[in-house]
Amino acid sequence: MTVSQETLDEIALSSEEYEAIIDRLGREPEPLELGLFGALWSEHCGYKHTKALLRTLPSSSERLLVAPGAENAGVVDLGDGLSVCFKIESHNHPSAVEPFEGAATGVGGIIRDIFAMGARPIALLNSLRFGKPDDARTRYLLNGVIGGISSYGNCIGIPDVGGEIFFSDSYKGNPLVNAMCVGLIEDGKMASASAKEPGDLLLLVGADTGRDGIHGASGLASRSFEEQAEMRSAVQVGNPFLEKVLIEACIESLDLPGVVGLQDCGAAGITSAAIEMAERSGMGLKLLIDTVPRREEGMTPYEVMLSESQERMLLAVTPGQEGPVFDLFKKWDLDATVIGVFELGEDVRIFDNGELVTSTPVITLTDAPEYKFTGVKPQWLTDLQNADLSAIPVPSESPSALLLKMLAAPNIASRFPIYRQYDYHVQTNTVVEPGGDAAVLRLKGSKRGIALSTDCNGRICYLDPEIGTAIAVAEACRNLSVTGAEPVALTDGLNFGNPETADVQFQLTESIAGMTRAAEAFGIPIVSGNASMYNQSAGKDIYPTPIIGSLGLLEDVEKHATVAFKSEGDVIVLLGTDSTWDVLDGLAASEYIDLIHDKVEGQPALDLDLEIRTQAVCRDAIANDLIASGHDVSDGGLAIAIAESAIIGEIGAVISEAPGDRWDAAMFGETQSRILVSLSQENLGKLEELASASNVPMTVIGSVGGNSLSFGDSISTPLADADDAWKNGFILATSD
Amino acid sequence: MKFGIVVFPGTWSEKDTHHAVNGVLGQDAEYIWHGDEKLDQYDAIVLPGGFSYGDFLRCGAIARFSPVMEAVRNFADNGGPVVGICNGFQVLCESGLLPGVLMRNDHLEFRCIWTDLKVENTSTMFTSKANAGETLHIPMSHGEGNYQADAATIKRLEDNGQVVFRYADADGNVTPEINPNGSINNIAGIVNERGNVMGMMPHPEKASEKLIGGDDGNVIFSSMIENIVATLA
Repeated sequence: MTVSQETLDEIALSSEEYEAIIDRLGREPEPLELGLFGALWSEHCGYKHTKALLRTLPSSSERLLVAPGAENAGVVDLGDGLSVCFKIESHNHPSAVEPFEGAATGVGGIIRDIFAMGARPIALLNSLRFGKPDDARTRYLLNGVIGGISSYGNCIGIPDVGGEIFFSDSYKGNPLVNAMCVGLIEDGKMASASAKEPGDLLLLVGADTGRDGIHGASGLASRSFEEQAEMRSAVQVGNPFLEKVLIEACIESLDLPGVVGLQDCGAAGITSAAIEMAERSGMGLKLLIDTVPRREEGMTPYEVMLSESQERMLLAVTPGQEGPVFDLFKKWDLDATVIGVFELGEDVRIFDNGELVTSTPVITLTDAPEYKFTGVKPQWLTDLQNADLSAIPVPSESPSALLLKMLAAPNIASRFPIYRQYDYHVQTNTVVEPGGDAAVLRLKGSKRGIALSTDCNGRICYLDPEIGTAIAVAEACRNLSVTGAEPVALTDGLNFGNPETADVQFQLTESIAGMTRAAEAFGIPIVSGNASMYNQSAGKDIYPTPIIGSLGLLEDVEKHATVAFKSEGDVIVLLGTDSTWDVLDGLAASEYIDLIHDKVEGQPALDLDLEIRTQAVCRDAIANDLIASGHDVSDGGLAIAIAESAIIGEIGAVISEAPGDRWDAAMFGETQSRILVSLSQENLGKLEELASASNVPMTVIGSVGGNSLSFGDSISTPLADADDAWKNGFILATSD
Repeated sequence: MKFGIVVFPGTWSEKDTHHAVNGVLGQDAEYIWHGDEKLDQYDAIVLPGGFSYGDFLRCGAIARFSPVMEAVRNFADNGGPVVGICNGFQVLCESGLLPGVLMRNDHLEFRCIWTDLKVENTSTMFTSKANAGETLHIPMSHGEGNYQADAATIKRLEDNGQVVFRYADADGNVTPEINPNGSINNIAGIVNERGNVMGMMPHPEKASEKLIGGDDGNVIFSSMIENIVATLA
């Protein structure tokens, strides 16, 4: 081996992988070539530890127009000549180093993935994880990330309609910043990320190429947090104005006959974008690296190939038809430059000022090694699952006091202080605004609408990666069903620790198995995704956090439900259970035992069959105009769900039954598959018929009205107090 | 009648405005590229929201130098109706078509919320369909909407009835607590002395249908349509 360990470390390749490169090439790689391998064989681009597992995910559906993996994102048919593509992507490591720009460019990156499909981006969501907010650095990261998302998203006219945020020590120093973008494709406008014929030109459009972001994919995304601190220069800097102009110009360019392919330039820059395009086209590629417009002088071909400068796109253009393309980009004051030609053959050939620098088979570069493993359940997990939940003491404070404390908790309090910093109205499609279980958007020109959500409770996944991930799928779908939308497709953002360790390999294996089991049970495909590995801080892996983004369809968008209780005298019903209050087992993995007792333990459970039937009954009830409100019972349990519906509806609730001796478990237990609805007395019989026909248990638990939250005769909390705790909790918990 | 909707690079509310005046209210509407200089064919001009030219330097500071703004100035000088919304309001102030400036929100954060706007003057061509004392429920979405001007200018605006909208509660009470950005006297929108140029920070085009949360914004566009159609007849 003639290369130093230091060089390999810089591009995050192992010496075994270096040997494999020599073996495949039949020679030592050139220095530039080695950089290409480092990028394309990185975890971020090459999916070395996840590719084999991801292949097992369900990927077929009658609604699917483009299969996952074939393009930058799968495409789902919604009828009425409309289809959507959507995808979630992480920007965790850049955000840990430089939160504002890391989060901003994460948003910019996922938007490019979507308009590269010819889709007009219509919605953004963000799924965020941080350490507990009582730490100054965590608050710095939090404010930076939210500021970055706000600054980038607001500037480009795409509404930010939802997402989640969750705090746990597990993410301290290694925040998770996952952004999801949804795009709408008009009939026949879908773009492909490939060339059509040999001779097609490769054009680079948008920003000039600088030295920012070099080794972002291979370096940052493959190192643990401790090593990242001095890698700030590997974080890119975003320009949302340029991206907004680029969106308009690229979408407009697809109307030109000469434009045959569109590809985003993201992680690993031109290397990944151009070479993947060549692979998808089944062609070779001649790259003229000296033609790439640069931001600074003296850049080497290596730096140009690996730069992750933002706001750049690649186009494949039929030769002789590039004139109108140049004109169009000029109209938008954007540069467009021919930087290569697709050609017959198997190699990517890189020329610098007429001189051939490297020539490498495309397939050798893109076919990253695959690491297969099977997981072994660690003993520590069995011990945590078997913990005796009855040993958790009933708190000494009153149920009302604990309810207020829970409502003000960072993981439960209203997220309005965050999303009021994001524009969620632009494009005038937002029917249900952020703050509910899912956002609902209308589709102009159609009666139909879509619902969008993201979900994953890392604590539950930690305590059982298989069931926890199935629960993430179930809850992401439940969030849709409570608005009336039928789940039709999912995207997954895998966030895990170091995949070279046995524990994380177990978590990955189990998590993908749970995702597959649940998605198959719902009968919906996973159309796109992203994997972020090596998320660690202080030497500990983060909770396994497979974030699920979900897309639902409403046949008639006017018929949707919201979380808010509506009218005095409405009946409150709990779907999915035949008792009002939760049982002791509901404490497993709950927010309550973590927040109040500092315990993360218990065996999570999910009856997937009951879950699916319960959701279907809820959707039917909404479609038949039976119910006035619908809310998923999740973090904080039933008492919190009731309080949220009451606070948002500005009206109290009276629950008949007292929560009993284990009132803590009863009120704050998190047993799955429960949906809180309210409806008029006259519709109750029809709801009972629907539930009974589907064999779904339901319980009438109380009624809407008054100005307090009453649970049985002895527990009563003024609604104004609950309102104050819930609305101000987030600011109080996150202020310096 | 025909609306002309100006599009700068970075504008993002042009399609929402088009939808409101054309899709919902049935009027002709066309986009005007920032390089265009001919506005004869339009009966009213809208400068919509967004981040023109990235709002580099200062909001609206670059847009004022675009060719289309010279044409808008002539259009306004000839009595043509011009409304600037959000970034459009910022551009009108930077261009000198309206007095005052829009500074950073006093709390230094971007704010996207629904506001209730008390209509202070129902005799303008932009508000004639509103009732005296009525509030309009219209969302705002900006980081720099803190309206300020020197004391003499504010006095002149107030005395002349040029303050058209103020941030209020749903009952029309104008209080410091309800002020979402620090604007002096809770000012949300003003007209010029002649009454043909209006700027406002909240987005009437985003309140065009009940399905998306309300249609109070139509009061403003409908007022314009009624008054302009009357002069065309």
